[in-house]
Amino acid sequence: MDLSFSPEDLAFQETVRDWLRTNLPAEIKHKMHVGLELTKEERIDWQNRLSAKGWMAPGWPVKYGGQDWSVTQRHIFEEEFARNDAPSMLPFGVAMVAPVIIEFGSEEQREHYLPRILSSEDWWCQGYSEPGSGSDLASLQLKAERQGDEYLLNGQKTWITLAQFANWIFVLARTDASAKKQNGISFILVDMATPGVTVRPIETIDGGHEINEVSFENVRVPAKNLVGKENEAWTYAKFLLEHERNGTAGVAGSFHMIERLKQMAKSERVNGSALLDDTEFQQKIASTEIELLALSFAQMRSLAAESSGKSPGAESSFIKIKGTEIQQRITELMKDAVGYGALDPDTHSAAWYFNFRKTSIYAGSNEIQRNIIAKRILGL
Amino acid sequence: VDFSLSSDQRLIKDSVDSFVADNYDFAKRDKLSRTDDGFSKAHWKAMADLGWFGLAFPEGKGGFGGTPVETMILMEAFGKGLVLEPYLPSVILAGTALAHGDTTAEHAQRLEAMIGGEQILTFASAEPRSRYDYTYVTTTAKRDGSDYVVDGEKRAVPFAAAAGAYVVTVRTSGEAHATQGLSLALVDADAPGITRRDYRTVDGQRASDVTFAGVRVPASAIIGEPGEALPTLDLVVDHGIGALAAESVGLMSVMQKTTTEYLKQRHQFGVPIGSFQALQHKNVDMLIEAEMARSITFYGTMALLSETDPVQRKRALSATKVQIARSGRFVGQNAIQLHGGIGMSEEYFVGHYFKRMTMIEQLLGDVDYHLKRYLAGEPALHVDARTNGHANGTARPGAEGEPEVVGASWSP
Repeated sequence: MDLSFSPEDLAFQETVRDWLRTNLPAEIKHKMHVGLELTKEERIDWQNRLSAKGWMAPGWPVKYGGQDWSVTQRHIFEEEFARNDAPSMLPFGVAMVAPVIIEFGSEEQREHYLPRILSSEDWWCQGYSEPGSGSDLASLQLKAERQGDEYLLNGQKTWITLAQFANWIFVLARTDASAKKQNGISFILVDMATPGVTVRPIETIDGGHEINEVSFENVRVPAKNLVGKENEAWTYAKFLLEHERNGTAGVAGSFHMIERLKQMAKSERVNGSALLDDTEFQQKIASTEIELLALSFAQMRSLAAESSGKSPGAESSFIKIKGTEIQQRITELMKDAVGYGALDPDTHSAAWYFNFRKTSIYAGSNEIQRNIIAKRILGL
Repeated sequence: VDFSLSSDQRLIKDSVDSFVADNYDFAKRDKLSRTDDGFSKAHWKAMADLGWFGLAFPEGKGGFGGTPVETMILMEAFGKGLVLEPYLPSVILAGTALAHGDTTAEHAQRLEAMIGGEQILTFASAEPRSRYDYTYVTTTAKRDGSDYVVDGEKRAVPFAAAAGAYVVTVRTSGEAHATQGLSLALVDADAPGITRRDYRTVDGQRASDVTFAGVRVPASAIIGEPGEALPTLDLVVDHGIGALAAESVGLMSVMQKTTTEYLKQRHQFGVPIGSFQALQHKNVDMLIEAEMARSITFYGTMALLSETDPVQRKRALSATKVQIARSGRFVGQNAIQLHGGIGMSEEYFVGHYFKRMTMIEQLLGDVDYHLKRYLAGEPALHVDARTNGHANGTARPGAEGEPEVVGASWSP
């Protein structure tokens, strides 16, 4: 057992730092530091820099443009990004649709779609939830009717993050209405420029526009856009959700958020001294920081298990639960830290607090995660 | 980065697991805890023969050159079995004091005798007015010719009745709260002037309140430089926390698993109670807390292994103690709750795990104490991280002025 960094790991850490120092644009760094949204152009600029370095999708197999990194190196990479205010990669293309295409798609699909993700030619969004299908995802109703060499899509998807920027959407659609719930679902790739696809914005309680509703009215999609086998996508969906959960713990980002919280508490005055010097507030921060230390080791353990051949299983549910609880606690403390400042939209702190309520709902609500653990780990 | 056990460590794990399986079913354990000694001298000898007392000490000091990882393996198994033998006070606390306190030939000999199983040692630190602050010491050791004379009271000294000698925190100079003037004295248990009030602790172990009245010891009894014991004392406490954390992981693992089994087997309303979501989610949260405890134990153990800055090491072990105590309280309380009435029964085993876990909350400092000790090691924060080494990437983790992730110099 050895949990220290090897000289190679330390050299890798130095490489990542050096690269970020010279390649992270100052404006993007600043926006990340103060918690502002990036524009689509800024995101694409950043992705192109990463792509040129070969760091756009380090988790992919090497032959498709990934990196052969160890668990520790992946961890260092994420940690350095968070620590240096570098935007982390949006998951929808690189970490969601791509692993499904790599695992279950055809070689033709891999050759077509993967390079377009690396070049940011395609921006993907995820069409899973529907107005009537949230936690009970398998009840989904988006209909995909096979007509010759096309599917005819009719129905609605909702809570779709950054669909306003996307040109492609992957959807779970019902291809066999007579089959039992989990059967009869297919994984289909849809060009959002296809006639009949409409995106409507949904404003959230933090005042932001992150999520959207997407409707499909007689949308004709080539049958070759089916990934894997017709009616068998429930397996792919579960595979993807497990990958998604490991990515939603936000451990490296939470360490960074705690530093930002401390900065906020340092500038807030109480009777002339800094809130950060208040013992009670200090202890609230410390309690969260300690939980985060524990979680960071839990995540390392999970990644180590994964790298030794096990797929991220139900353990990823536990890391999602705890990771999002910690994120929410930090944003609570940020909102608390600024006092009356919370009322002023320019401080953003109340907005972060409201925005982060999403984390225990998305990617399978934390209650659903507990159901998964109860069933699959505890056997209850 | 590697979480797997080496082949030697695997052997130790197999050996301690079978020791616990053979000797520590609950009925045997319960009977043993009600004997006069409160533990088994035969077990103690068997443990010495297996080489467990020297595992964590350097080869030059009579040990076998192991690491805190070996201690973690043993203590987790001891936790699973609710093992009673005084491994923590004798080996981890007193042993660490002797091994690290710049020992003389005489002290080295005493350490070897302990490692060989010839003599049990214990550690006397807490006082009636010190609460958890182990640097607040009013017990004095006053120089008198070539001797020291020890006077004072120590509280809740573990297994003092079984110990042949105590490592005692004493003050050779200064006020009660001064960090200078702290010393460690090795005092034989049969020295004239020592009186004990022995008791069976609520978790079935043994402890004593010990009074020292004019107890005369030779100058050679002082471990290391007189008045300079604080760094050793810090290290003793940190190793003790590491061991308690691993023991807690064992306790929590049993409490969580046994609760899951109970939920499957207990029927009410015609169905297993484990089919109720309210109970499932509680049990899941127990699992999560047990896993958090295991993870922070790795963190603390690695700090003991490789953190060279004592300030950061103390901070890491305080973090460990806070998490262990909080997770342990959650797992323990809910183990009782989900078992219902049977959980309250003294005859049933789960309550005894809860009691041990609850006492561990107190041992070597509780959550409030360690949150403060954790914060005392907090690096200074600059107003804007962007203008510091942090942003230009030149600073190393832990470098001065860098708002840095705790323990990042060695944490993955």
